[in-house]
Amino acid sequence: MKTFLVGGVHPADKKISADAAIEELPVPKIAYISMAQHLGAPAEPCVAVGDKVKVGQQIGKATGFVSAPVHSSVSGTVKSIETVLDLAGKPSTAVVIETEGDEWMEGIDRSETIVSEIKLEKKELVEKIKECGVVGLGGATFPTSVKLSPPPTATPTCVIINGAECEPYLTSDYRVLLEKPEQVLIGCEILMKALGVNKCYIGIEENKQKAIDLLTKLAVEKNHPNIEVVKLKKKYPQGGEKQLIDAVIGKRVPSMGLPVDTGAVVQNVGTTFAVYEAVQKNKPLFSGVMTVTGDCSKAQKNFLHRVGTPLNEIMDYCGGIPEDAAKIISGGPMMGKAISNIKAPTLKGTSSILYLTEEQTKRKEEGNCIRCGKCVEACPMSLEPYLLYKLWKVRDMDQLEDHYIYDCIECGCCLFTCPAYVPLLDAVRQAKASVMKIMKSRPKK
Amino acid sequence: MKKLIVSQAPHIHGKENTRRLMLDVIIALIPAVLVSIYFFGLTAAHLVAVSVLSCVVVEFLIQKYLLKGKSSIGDLSAVVTGVLLALNLPVCSPWWMILIGSVVAIGIAKMTFGGLGQNFFNPALVGRVVLLVSFPVLMTSSAFRAPESKAALDFNSKAKLEALVASPKSDAFSGATPLALVKEELAKTDESGAKINTVKKIMDENPGKFSYSSILFARNGSAGEISAIALLLGFIYLLVRRVIKPYISLSILLTVVVFSGILWLANPERFTDPVFNLLTGGLLLGAFFMATDYVTSPMIAKGQIVFGIGIGVITVLIREFGAYPEGVSFAILIMNATVPLLNKFRPKRFAGEAHKK
Repeated sequence: MKTFLVGGVHPADKKISADAAIEELPVPKIAYISMAQHLGAPAEPCVAVGDKVKVGQQIGKATGFVSAPVHSSVSGTVKSIETVLDLAGKPSTAVVIETEGDEWMEGIDRSETIVSEIKLEKKELVEKIKECGVVGLGGATFPTSVKLSPPPTATPTCVIINGAECEPYLTSDYRVLLEKPEQVLIGCEILMKALGVNKCYIGIEENKQKAIDLLTKLAVEKNHPNIEVVKLKKKYPQGGEKQLIDAVIGKRVPSMGLPVDTGAVVQNVGTTFAVYEAVQKNKPLFSGVMTVTGDCSKAQKNFLHRVGTPLNEIMDYCGGIPEDAAKIISGGPMMGKAISNIKAPTLKGTSSILYLTEEQTKRKEEGNCIRCGKCVEACPMSLEPYLLYKLWKVRDMDQLEDHYIYDCIECGCCLFTCPAYVPLLDAVRQAKASVMKIMKSRPKK
Repeated sequence: MKKLIVSQAPHIHGKENTRRLMLDVIIALIPAVLVSIYFFGLTAAHLVAVSVLSCVVVEFLIQKYLLKGKSSIGDLSAVVTGVLLALNLPVCSPWWMILIGSVVAIGIAKMTFGGLGQNFFNPALVGRVVLLVSFPVLMTSSAFRAPESKAALDFNSKAKLEALVASPKSDAFSGATPLALVKEELAKTDESGAKINTVKKIMDENPGKFSYSSILFARNGSAGEISAIALLLGFIYLLVRRVIKPYISLSILLTVVVFSGILWLANPERFTDPVFNLLTGGLLLGAFFMATDYVTSPMIAKGQIVFGIGIGVITVLIREFGAYPEGVSFAILIMNATVPLLNKFRPKRFAGEAHKK
């Protein structure tokens, strides 16, 4: 079985919600649709207060190459355009829509029919994906159209679909693979066509055997000879782009380089499904699959949510915040964000609400480093976290750069594994930001 | 409403912690301690108890009254040092000697540098070496169970043990360790200055001390050096629990076998054979438990292998050419000093070279 070769850790699996079928969440009464749902420049609102909008109507324009348009997830009247805080308290502009009914734009195919014939040409496909506001749903929300337009220096050779879902607890990608397998396979074909390549790998970790079997079977039955399902050994952070490329095709992304330098373009399962819906069903990205879970959670669910639904409404829908929840996380427990504003609306990239108890999540007091080397062993980028931590303490920027701090992918393996609870990643994050700032400020040669 | 915790990722932590790792080392040392108690009775238990207690008390007092910090004995590292120190001492060590060892190990070698994780040298070994150079007679000649001895040994009797300490040359109860004996006998010359002994002759004259009949037998006196099997069991436990990696231990043992093997092949009359070198003295204890101490060994495999080779070479050099019969402790301490340098070895970079733009 394949896996990436350096480092990694084995957190407990905890896929408690794996058997819960995807349910549709009720449409929110008021939707707060943020204009900053993707990496890059935020979109600009293109509707005015008082306008009537339909589901799927564009309400935010992309404002640059690395940007994405935003579409309404509800139908109703634009109540206001105001600043809302995201789940970590960061402000962004949002269009607030008061819902009336559920009227969709004409042209969106809401039927269950699976459309397998890809009519659009290569360039049109990228353009369509861009228009529909599709962004990477694996965490970074990088606009998909940008990934599908590699620089002229790079030659893509294959698409890798990230179905690793290596974070504990999360099950949304797994559910999409199980419930929409044919759509995902057609999505793969679209991505291959858009990039002009004829090989696609779907990397799935061994703990999702059902999905592996189903996809392998359907790839044969539905005649997708260029799509290969790759079973991966369970190890975190397999879903990291660089690790996945290493695991699946055995190539290493150069430092400061692009993944496409190895020839691989990585897309997440959710993104692939969104690509299918955008191209074949003319449906822009305004909804997504998310998991509500946690050992103490009152419900274990997978939901289809409309973007802009306040998180606290979803929490209430699932029976409210559990008594013993001490931390609520959006995303996985290894790289997700702790929620400080429970009224924040969902975004395109929202993948979960995860409740952790104090016992599970409270950081223990920092002890002395015992130089066990476990952080070095765990680091998937083969860095030396203990050393970076010490160098940051004395602010030795030259040495930090010399020890490749900019290679860090912030996966959290070092802190996860540290027996002395030294806050390695906290320091490395700060140090990395400072070093990158210095590196960027240098005159280019 | 209840307040929520907000902090940076990762939000969960692995099962490992310092206390658990130390506990694993203690568990791994239990077979060696039990064998020691089996052979030497309550005296060995007394030795371990005094050593552990004094190490913990010394750390507690220093932390509380000198450093005025939070008590650090909960991490169990002082217990580990205590057990290791005990296993490095002769079974019949008097209590005051153990106490001096503990004060040196914890007080000087560990707490002076800032406590756990800050020291350069293995605390237990510093304790042992200071005792070795201060009380050479007590430290090198020790209780010894000769398999062929007719006299029934009663190690539970304190009086006999004291007699044993007082007359270290007594063959029935104690004697020089095999390494010391070989060194001593080899050094003997006749009137003209020519060597009179060969390794084979010495071994034939003292069959009990060089019998390979069972590696379970006591070979010499330090409490932890009695049973190769017990030490190996502990080592395997540490490997299975992923507390340590095998690189250091294996490179030490391999180096000792290869280096002493070359010498032995070159001149079997003058040098002892590799198996004897592997199984005698504190080599296994040192290779399995002392050299693998996290704090005083290199971080990554490359450094660890060089570290191990260094220890192996220095050990054989001291044994065969040095003034002391045994050199494992010195070898480890010398290589401890090179660790900051060996940590300059870096892991092979995952990412390819920087992308030129």
